[in-house]
Amino acid sequence: MFRYIVRRLLQMILTFFGATFVVFALMFANQDDPIQALAGEKPVSDSVRAVLTERYHLDESFLVQYWYYMKGLLTGDLGQSMTGRDISEMLGGAWPVTMRLALLAALIAALIAIAAGVWSAMRRGGFFDNGTLLTTLLLLALPVVVLAPVAQLIFAMELRWFPATTTKDANLYELLLPALVLATTVVATQLRVTRTSVVENLRADYVRTARAKGLSPRRVTWVHVLRNSLIPVITLIGVDLGALMSAAIVTEDVFNIPGVGFNLARGVRTEDGPVVVGFVSVLVIVFLVVNLVVDLLYAALDPRIRYE
Amino acid sequence: MSETSLAGHAWADLRRNKIFWASAALVALVLLMAVFPSLFTSADPGVCALANRNKGPAVGSWFGYDFQGCDVFARTVYGTRNSIVVGLLSTLLAGVLGLIVGLAAGYFGGVVDAVLSRLTDIMLGVPILLAAVVFSGRLSSPGGDNVTAVTITLGVLSWTAAARVMRSAVITAKSQDYVAAARMLGAGPARLMFRHILPNSVASYIVVVTILLGTNIAAEATLSYLGVGLGGDAISWGRQIAEAQDYARIVAHPLAWPAAFLAATVLAFIMLGDAIRDAFDPKLR
Repeated sequence: MFRYIVRRLLQMILTFFGATFVVFALMFANQDDPIQALAGEKPVSDSVRAVLTERYHLDESFLVQYWYYMKGLLTGDLGQSMTGRDISEMLGGAWPVTMRLALLAALIAALIAIAAGVWSAMRRGGFFDNGTLLTTLLLLALPVVVLAPVAQLIFAMELRWFPATTTKDANLYELLLPALVLATTVVATQLRVTRTSVVENLRADYVRTARAKGLSPRRVTWVHVLRNSLIPVITLIGVDLGALMSAAIVTEDVFNIPGVGFNLARGVRTEDGPVVVGFVSVLVIVFLVVNLVVDLLYAALDPRIRYE
Repeated sequence: MSETSLAGHAWADLRRNKIFWASAALVALVLLMAVFPSLFTSADPGVCALANRNKGPAVGSWFGYDFQGCDVFARTVYGTRNSIVVGLLSTLLAGVLGLIVGLAAGYFGGVVDAVLSRLTDIMLGVPILLAAVVFSGRLSSPGGDNVTAVTITLGVLSWTAAARVMRSAVITAKSQDYVAAARMLGAGPARLMFRHILPNSVASYIVVVTILLGTNIAAEATLSYLGVGLGGDAISWGRQIAEAQDYARIVAHPLAWPAAFLAATVLAFIMLGDAIRDAFDPKLR
């Protein structure tokens, strides 16, 4: 187990450097003249140019600049946006908002997926099963870019059940519609995996044993089968966190939620390179750490899985 | 292809599947719309009159007009081509990359596998949408339609799933008896790879690639929505949705139609992938 953790950590560090290198290289290739971009149409005097070049190490080579970027990233200093705001500060303000939204979405998705997944696995081929299969197919086909504006239009503007936009201090009710939209991006896969997994486990020997012992069907399903079926689902929930982060860009933009995705979308629109790279780098770290935790959880949940 | 081959069985299965025919028909319709948009509408998507601003459906204009007085139906129909071109070409690129990486990693193993698997991890670690955002900013030229840029962006970033699936299928196929037999008969690495291993490990890869087609079409719309996708005069469902959303409070129909077309197209490809998967692997049903 220990060796496995060490190997996984080493792999993660390698992946981390690789991914941030790709992101940085993309931004490096993307800049023509950042100082001119900062000044807009106005001419930049030579002395100002010299100071800025010095401050941002613009005359250094690519690798040296990458070194400064990594140093900043690892010490929590993400630099400044084009508008002069501290990116770490922006991230600090945006992070809790997105975290609340993503967790609420993940919770909604998991509850629906597990309940409906188990239910349709128990009645395989029945009306409910076929209904959920069809629904998941529809959900898979609806990209957030369609779902978010349409849901906002129908439920917020026409029916007025929810507010159309929210603020930084949104309460649960205000976040509910965006969280539902976000949840739909992951619920379909989770539901299908739950269903498949439960169907497989229902045939397992230990289920027959449990039934033969005289345990109630409810206990067999919800304790014995579910516990063993949830292992792949939990992995998926972890991986889905990355998908949620991506989907949050559009969702937060549509519902005006000032989270990570909202800032990122605005950074993209205003061509604010440092903001985009800073936010993306941090998201990459979150993604990698979550995946590592999920992998380790695997071992804790299923003693049959052995690492060597 | 003999009657008893995997593909033969799958095809026999597919022919009886109603969902397969429904999605195939939908795909065919969308493809026809992409190639010959003028078959479906006589209106010119570029001709807009502000006098028609936000007008509802009328004779000759089934879906009404958007905020600039453009015909929503014509624009939606003509938008199909860009979505399909970007979707198909980026999936082709991703498919080829995924096939090569997966086949090489699975067949050669060892150092090659380690390097390629880490590369896949790295690309998987770069969230596709986020990286595409940075990427398409560079490859696009101001004022251009960016079709090439978006295609390359999506293609280069979306091959990871195909590569992983291909790799594990190749590893399974490699240790089968028929491969050992072929090797003993003196088949070289190229013949082993392409004649024996590839045909037997390509099933789940095809499924992943079909579904990727739907995903990439949706991704193009998302990028266009965020303003880093198609630009210039290019008509795209994503751009239509983004523009219509600003006016959705006043009129809803310019938002509804491109959204419906996009959803139907993605649905068709995902259903097609689902049907093919069921045909190739009945266990997963």
